[in-house]
Amino acid sequence: MSKVLLETVGLCKHFGDNKAVDGLSIRFRAGKVHTILGENGCGKSTTLKMLAGVHPPTFGSILRNGKNVEFKSPRDSRDNGIAIIFQELSLCNNLTVAENIFANNEPHRFGVIDSKKIISDAKGILNKYHIPISAEIKVGSLSMAQRQLVEIAKGLSYPSDVVIFDEPTSSLSDSEVEILFNIISELKSENKAIIYVSHKMAEIMRISDDITVMRDGQYIDTVDKAETSIDPLITMMVGREMSDIYPSKNESASEIGDLVLSVKSLTNPNAFHNVSFDLHAGEVVGFFGLVGAGRSDVMNALFGMLPYEGEILIKGKKVAIETPIIAIENGIAFVTENRKEEGLVLDHSVHINCNLASFERIATRGLLNEQAEVSQTEDSIKRMNIRVQNRHQSVGSLSGGNQQKIVLAKWLERQPDILILDEPTRGVDVGAKYEIYSIIRELTEKGTAVILVSSELPEVMNMSDRLFVMREKKLVKEFKTKGLTQDKVMVYATGVDSND
Amino acid sequence: MIKSFFREYAGILGGLLILCLVSSFLSEYFWSVNNVTNIILQTSIVAIVAFGMTYAILLAGIDLSVGSIVALTGLVLVIGLTNGLPFGLMLPIALLVAVFCGFSNGFITTWLGVHPFIVTMSFMGIWRGVAMLTSDGQAVSLYDNAPFEYIFNGYLFGIPFPIIILLSMIALNHFVLSKTTFGRRVYIVGGNPEAAAYSGINVSKTTIYSYMITGLMAGVGGVMLASRMFSAQPTAANGMELDAIAACVLGGTSLTGGRGTIIGTLIGALIIAVLSNVMSLMNVDFFVSLIVKGVVILIAVGIDVYKNKRKAA
Repeated sequence: MSKVLLETVGLCKHFGDNKAVDGLSIRFRAGKVHTILGENGCGKSTTLKMLAGVHPPTFGSILRNGKNVEFKSPRDSRDNGIAIIFQELSLCNNLTVAENIFANNEPHRFGVIDSKKIISDAKGILNKYHIPISAEIKVGSLSMAQRQLVEIAKGLSYPSDVVIFDEPTSSLSDSEVEILFNIISELKSENKAIIYVSHKMAEIMRISDDITVMRDGQYIDTVDKAETSIDPLITMMVGREMSDIYPSKNESASEIGDLVLSVKSLTNPNAFHNVSFDLHAGEVVGFFGLVGAGRSDVMNALFGMLPYEGEILIKGKKVAIETPIIAIENGIAFVTENRKEEGLVLDHSVHINCNLASFERIATRGLLNEQAEVSQTEDSIKRMNIRVQNRHQSVGSLSGGNQQKIVLAKWLERQPDILILDEPTRGVDVGAKYEIYSIIRELTEKGTAVILVSSELPEVMNMSDRLFVMREKKLVKEFKTKGLTQDKVMVYATGVDSND
Repeated sequence: MIKSFFREYAGILGGLLILCLVSSFLSEYFWSVNNVTNIILQTSIVAIVAFGMTYAILLAGIDLSVGSIVALTGLVLVIGLTNGLPFGLMLPIALLVAVFCGFSNGFITTWLGVHPFIVTMSFMGIWRGVAMLTSDGQAVSLYDNAPFEYIFNGYLFGIPFPIIILLSMIALNHFVLSKTTFGRRVYIVGGNPEAAAYSGINVSKTTIYSYMITGLMAGVGGVMLASRMFSAQPTAANGMELDAIAACVLGGTSLTGGRGTIIGTLIGALIIAVLSNVMSLMNVDFFVSLIVKGVVILIAVGIDVYKNKRKAA
């Protein structure tokens, strides 16, 4: 058994009533890749943030080489030899690769930056881990994937023996993934402990030694990779059979209705090209693609937030959607992927937020109709099972799932014909996910047309009738979802045959 | 209703009451009818200007030009009247000028997408300069114009007319902000302009209308101030924007937008007025009184920040 470098004992993080992480005990050993696996919202990110000193734990402790440590800040964690590479980029585009790698940690003499040493040290790190990027080039001129590699080099510039990767491959292409895996095996041979978080089962099975599964903030189990396979891992992760995750479709009501939306060669030179599709009443059309494929941009254009060329026909009538107001008047509702920034006013009450899109419609001659608003709010809370103390509570204090339900509620008050959902279950726990899926089913049975944009392939495949795949700002394929398999979709989404 | 009112304003209302209580010990003259009337008259103009400022701050903005608008409105009115034009014509013209000033603030803010601090700071100089130019930098006096004098010096049903104006402005603005769809839009845009736009609210329109109201309220203040001084002075209301901002902030209006009420601003304005009043009753040095006012504002804001942090945690 190799040495335990880092250990958590009964680690808990509670945000109010929300137990993001509840009693987590894991040992991270030297020379091993330890993967933490779980669905969105299972507490992985929160765990990493505690290890990184971003969040202090509510209960429990972190042991470093067997000794109790308390991280008061990210700096504390770093000084304890823990390097973290987050998925969000934190690079300055107008600085060089070398300057970015040593940002905030510049080698200096009497406070004057030693720019020669920065370049030579940066070259040393890039060479050591075989990263094929010049140290003197400006970060702004690199691709997203190359920037991610610079981010990794930056993380490795601090002396450390525990290295944490948070979804490092989400924006990497295959060749860069190979570079990353070489880096990881290099780190392994240096006898460091590697903590790895990812959604991609294939790569997890390839590089992990130990796998810990989390679900709803709870520790489920730690298993040896050699003694497990993908299926039992998924069952552990989800905690129920696949059939219980998605509400089944009421087949008798599945008759697809009239054409409600017809999009013809929609183009925005910077965001998407030549997108055409039809949408009928009562159907769910899925949009899948990798990050940056242009899915959200298309939806923003449909909602009047992004200019476009081409035609949009709603119920056969050509409409120029220049503003969200025009989109809403034409029966479109849009649940964006950023509910906190674009969907809700976090400081304001559940009441205000539930009526955000409808208070003007139920008002008479510019006067608020408070009675109608209150009854709408109470109806929504009951109907969507939103867990709140009362309608005056501020939505900022609610969990992700309840916030998302309020964004949905705000649009359902307007009874839209076309409902666009962009990543509706991101950061939402499994229970609330099921409820959101049930609402989608209920709406389509009543004839609402739904566009479902998601990065979770099982979600779009199970919820949609038809599925569109976008790659590099283009619609590349339409599928019927009946009998469709994930790898077929991935071939079109990545442009690479997975069997290669 | 009454219960929720007290819960919402418990902090500042308590502060105001304690201040009044202490004042009544410090000076026996404090609670006399004359003095209380005096306090309300003193504060009426600043309070009304601060009501307008509340809209700007609710939008996470600010209006530094209100002092200049006060002066300009007064000048337009008085110059018109001294040239023999009727009061019934000049009053709406003067107020329209004020609304136009507010429109300029709102329009340029949304059009250029610049922070209103910059835009209104520029207009603070512009309108003050216009006021100086039109009057040659001199005060313009006006006597023997009955309706003009009545504004600040008249009585209606035995109540000083400026108090009637103050009460109606409280009612009007409170109604607009709490009962109309426009008021709701102001709170939503101030709370999260992005979410407002995604919910189908016209953010630019809401912003421009709000600054027009801010301008109008400064105009009402300008008319009252001119009437009070029987003259219009291009240097009038210099620095009044700061008193108005102070009243809003003391009253719990958040500079980050989306939170605040007219009643809060009123109480904030009263706190400043009572503080000034009691200090002048006690012959406190004017310079010392400035320091005391500054410290009181800091304490009030500190308490507010602390309360919100505790609520968020």
